[in-house]
Amino acid sequence: MAFDKMELREIEVWDGNHAAAQAMRQCQIDVVAAYPITPSTPIVEGYAKFLADNYVEGEFVMVESEHAAMSGCIGAAAAGGRVATATSSQGFALMVETLYQASGMRLPIVLNVVNRALAAPLNVNGDHSDMYLGRDSGWIQFDAYCPQEAYDLNFIAFKVAEDHDIRLPAMVHQDGFMTSHTAQGVKTLSDDEAYGFVGDFKPMNDMLDFEHPVTHGVQTEEDWHFEHKARQHNDLMTKVLPKIEKTFEDFAKLSGRKYNLVERYDMDDADVCVVCMGTSVETAREVAGEMRAQGIKAGVVGIRVLRPFPFMQIAAALKDVKAIATLDRSSPNGAAGMLFNEIAGCLYNTDTKALLSGYVYGLGGRDLTKKHLVDLYKELQANVDAGKVTTPLQQFIGVRGPKLSFL
Amino acid sequence: MAKTGWNEFEIGAMLRSFDGKIDDIAGTLQEDRAYSKNNSFMASVADWRIIKPVFNKDFCIDCQFCWVYCPDISIISRDKKMVGIDMDHCKGCGICVEVCPTNPKSLLMFPEQADEETELANWPAKDEEKK
Repeated sequence: MAFDKMELREIEVWDGNHAAAQAMRQCQIDVVAAYPITPSTPIVEGYAKFLADNYVEGEFVMVESEHAAMSGCIGAAAAGGRVATATSSQGFALMVETLYQASGMRLPIVLNVVNRALAAPLNVNGDHSDMYLGRDSGWIQFDAYCPQEAYDLNFIAFKVAEDHDIRLPAMVHQDGFMTSHTAQGVKTLSDDEAYGFVGDFKPMNDMLDFEHPVTHGVQTEEDWHFEHKARQHNDLMTKVLPKIEKTFEDFAKLSGRKYNLVERYDMDDADVCVVCMGTSVETAREVAGEMRAQGIKAGVVGIRVLRPFPFMQIAAALKDVKAIATLDRSSPNGAAGMLFNEIAGCLYNTDTKALLSGYVYGLGGRDLTKKHLVDLYKELQANVDAGKVTTPLQQFIGVRGPKLSFL
Repeated sequence: MAKTGWNEFEIGAMLRSFDGKIDDIAGTLQEDRAYSKNNSFMASVADWRIIKPVFNKDFCIDCQFCWVYCPDISIISRDKKMVGIDMDHCKGCGICVEVCPTNPKSLLMFPEQADEETELANWPAKDEEKK
């Protein structure tokens, strides 16, 4: 190999951004086309530095916008390379048009999304508005709750996305600043272990195969468009989740770290639980443990894979609880929260009589404190005791001013 | 093809240009290439045209100007001899007529429904005023 390997300690102290950049180095990305935006910038900067220091054999393409960044990634992926980039917030929003191109063209690009609020007002801190914006784009969406997971899920994302039965792009989400800029111990894989896990990139219908020329990005109208979209949806609904589960198992054999489509914490005998994503899962886990000392059987369900949505697995995880709170870190702007709606959909045709209530929290990086969660679990227990939801169905947590609630 | 279901085509918004493997495509004449049915070469767009060029080989000097200028690669030339026009792909733009240097021109535009034999029989004579 023409590049140098890096000696890593068994545990390195990395923030989420550096963990993702290291994973991109170890996967030996061929092309990164990127445009910087807080808080994701250190990911692509990190890759660029590894490239400059001869730790990667690849190409860094500097472009004039995030739209161009994803467009460059699409071109490179269609040409037949292993491709990744990173973005956040407004940059993600600018990419949206090309996100649909990437997934429709079935190009296995990996996008690290460091979640950040969407303006206005302008805000660089973490919430899930950008993640929610991408949820109908046809990408696979993994959610990391800490730097370790941001590192691990990158390998898993490449392995799933590039499989010839899948060939769909994947996002790896982490919370802006809370994960991306918080240094923690990260258990590493050696360069050989990591590369061996993702394997050599196997091109498919690549433009650089001159003996089999292809046209990428064709136009279809009412005669063909529906069939293409149906095929993509079918593959997302039937092929991706089994492939992710298999990859989670393979990764556990390699690393000892086991991921699940739906992460369940203290759920075996839980009466009340919260469903959330990102760093909030870790806060909720800690509070759930403390609630149990107070006699409230609390549990936590973390969404690990947001798309394809693990409909059946979530219904199974929630089948025996008595009260559920969904925590949406994105303003629904005129509706119930996304998680509230999705989970109501999962449960509606089941036998559960669980009481479902929704919460909107943490917008623009507002802290979700343990006190908030203690109060929330108490509300859920009060719902269980009363046999009905005693609060409005949608409440805001941690916003100043008169109590804000709807529905 | 119109009845092909969602599960019966290759994934991605992509189409193959040729059936099977190709080799030396630049050295292979169009009629000898294994174009796939999806290749635009296989689709006739003759109905886009409302006026058409007619080629009169009696005056042609095989200068290749029409072949060079045609924006649709619709002038058929073999061994630097003008053979005719690919009427499945010609859009009737008239550029070939515009660039034709002979007197009278070896290509002229006529309404799509004009009879080619009749127009060739009535081809204009040499314009003596042109120098």
